[in-house]
Amino acid sequence: MRMDLSRFFTHLILLLLVVVWTLPTLGLLVSSVRDKDQLSVSGWWSALTTTERTDQARTGTADIQVQENGQYVISGDLFDGDAAGREIQFFGVTNNTYNDNKAGDTITLKNGTALTVNADGSYRWVSDEPFETSRGQRVLYIAATPPRFTLENYEEVLESEGIGRSFINSFTVTIPATIIPILIAAFAAYALAWMQFPGRGILVALVVGLLVVPLQMSLIPILRLYNGVMPLFGAESKSYLGIWLAHTGFGLPLAIYLLRNYMASLPKEIMESARMDGASHFNIFTTMVLPLSFPALASFAIFQFLWVWNDLLVATVFLGNNDRQLVLTGRLRELIGSRGDNWEILTSGAFISIIVPLIVFFALQRYFVRGLLAGSVKGG
Amino acid sequence: MIAQILSATQTVILGVAACVIYFWGANWVLDRLLGGENATPNRENRRAAIRPWVFLFPALFFLSLYLIYPVFETFRLSFYNASGAEFVGISNFVWALGDPNFQQSVFNNLLWLIVVPSCATAFGLVIAVMADKLWWGNIAKSLIFLPMAISFIGASVIWKFVYDYRSGDSEQIGILNAIVQGLGFEPQVWIQIPFWNNFFLMAILIWIQTGFAMVILSAALRGIPEETLEAARIDGANDVQIFFNIMIPQIFPTILVVWTTITILVLKVFDIVLAMTNGQWDTQVLANLMFDWMVRGVDFGRSSTIALVIMIAVLPIMIWNIRQASKEEGTR
Repeated sequence: MRMDLSRFFTHLILLLLVVVWTLPTLGLLVSSVRDKDQLSVSGWWSALTTTERTDQARTGTADIQVQENGQYVISGDLFDGDAAGREIQFFGVTNNTYNDNKAGDTITLKNGTALTVNADGSYRWVSDEPFETSRGQRVLYIAATPPRFTLENYEEVLESEGIGRSFINSFTVTIPATIIPILIAAFAAYALAWMQFPGRGILVALVVGLLVVPLQMSLIPILRLYNGVMPLFGAESKSYLGIWLAHTGFGLPLAIYLLRNYMASLPKEIMESARMDGASHFNIFTTMVLPLSFPALASFAIFQFLWVWNDLLVATVFLGNNDRQLVLTGRLRELIGSRGDNWEILTSGAFISIIVPLIVFFALQRYFVRGLLAGSVKGG
Repeated sequence: MIAQILSATQTVILGVAACVIYFWGANWVLDRLLGGENATPNRENRRAAIRPWVFLFPALFFLSLYLIYPVFETFRLSFYNASGAEFVGISNFVWALGDPNFQQSVFNNLLWLIVVPSCATAFGLVIAVMADKLWWGNIAKSLIFLPMAISFIGASVIWKFVYDYRSGDSEQIGILNAIVQGLGFEPQVWIQIPFWNNFFLMAILIWIQTGFAMVILSAALRGIPEETLEAARIDGANDVQIFFNIMIPQIFPTILVVWTTITILVLKVFDIVLAMTNGQWDTQVLANLMFDWMVRGVDFGRSSTIALVIMIAVLPIMIWNIRQASKEEGTR
């Protein structure tokens, strides 16, 4: 019995933790597909329920009045033809009385005219005298609004907020910055794992040390270097080339470290017998070690991809903030500043920026975990 | 846009081709000059001595240019003025010590260093232990691991929405305030409450890093021999005793690795503070202060000084890591 109870609590606590860890992301996803007017007035957890919302509209003006049986009538639709499933429940013309009158009722206004508002939004305003109003009558109402889900938010961020452009930019930065370091690191890792030469131990220690050097140390010198050197070649100092090379440099310690550990664990016998047969290091590397190291190469590639895609610091410093080159993280940061209250923009923009890493992550989780286990001395 | 995609593809092809040409070419040259018909025992030795450096050269070049040289250059710049042209002695350090923002950042960084690694490691450990016992443990682990894939800036948007505050009578759309209100308390502007707001920012990094701690620790836990646990159970130890007296001592080295890894990350993360508060309401940290002085203040001397402080904080862990690695190297 005691065992059962502790088991029950294990289930309960873990479930609670999973909920806490998942809800924030779920909230983002749900909010990003909600109607933006609903999003701003009700919590995302109530997205599926019909909400009651207070709103107001104006009736038509004297211009559209018609004469019926000796009376003057203005009629029309408070929703202006766009009911979107809304149903009026209560209405009124002053702030104090708008929740007193049920839809379908007829109320008498101060000037003796009679106003009827129906649930579907249609209204009929009747007077014995000709109307003279040039602004129409303000009508406040409470409408039941059904939940509405839409992809409009995504359309908007992709087209008018520049997220679409940034999406391409992020790929432009990420793909070369992921592929180029791999080959460079693989050769170095092989040398550090299987070749005998003086200074090898020091180089391994150096790589381990460089794993944890904060990026902050590199930014200013490299920035100054780019500012000085790039113009000599007729290039801009903030260019894709600059960021590709920078990410290559910053990614190398982890790449060498991961690959060297993996290669060093390959069976010694194969190497030795291949050496006996007269195969050169170059041949052993290209025909045996490189194919065998595929899991480690994949681990690093996933790491580097996620790290470069999610990076804001290097992108801001070496690519700048101009609209043409802004990557997703930079764009998102800009949107937080400029559209901080437009949650429909922020949530859909953020979701677009995290969807690619999530796909990579779920599809290749096995390799990612293996890389984490092998490289866990690095801090991010 | 098409041009951009083409240029990126071109870079990949060019980069890979350059690597292949270099490695293959250098190897060919080496064999041609010192091998084949020209081979003598002496030359054979020289060839064997040169080849590792052929393999290593590109990597060493990038490491030197992008990581090693900058460390020395940043050190030098921290003694120079804003533009890096004029030597100013230790005045940047004097400025830092007297600057309230710097002091605030050091204080906040210490808080982060205490809270984030300990909470992330503790949560990760507890989740790893619990998940291994339950049939749906793997699903739970995947879900808790998921934030690892999300950028700090994306995570900041997610949590900004959690902490959202609506003034007046409007309905709260941030889940935290909705819960607080549901329990009968006043909604708060969470990220503007001095001191405590630091913890709301730390929650974001804990949320991201717990998955990391969990995965590493879970693997370590699986390494504990089943017989050890079985023996403890036979001796009548309960789950809590097993956890504290068997599991934790057994995986302690791994806990240390996780702890130090997250510690280093904490020192480098600036995105969260930048996106949530940009250091307002007493939440500044060193990494964001450095970024601010570099990008907005354009003062290379001061930002170098701050970067150097971060580097010094990382140094003990770096030395410890190098020692561990050298020890392993020695046994190989």
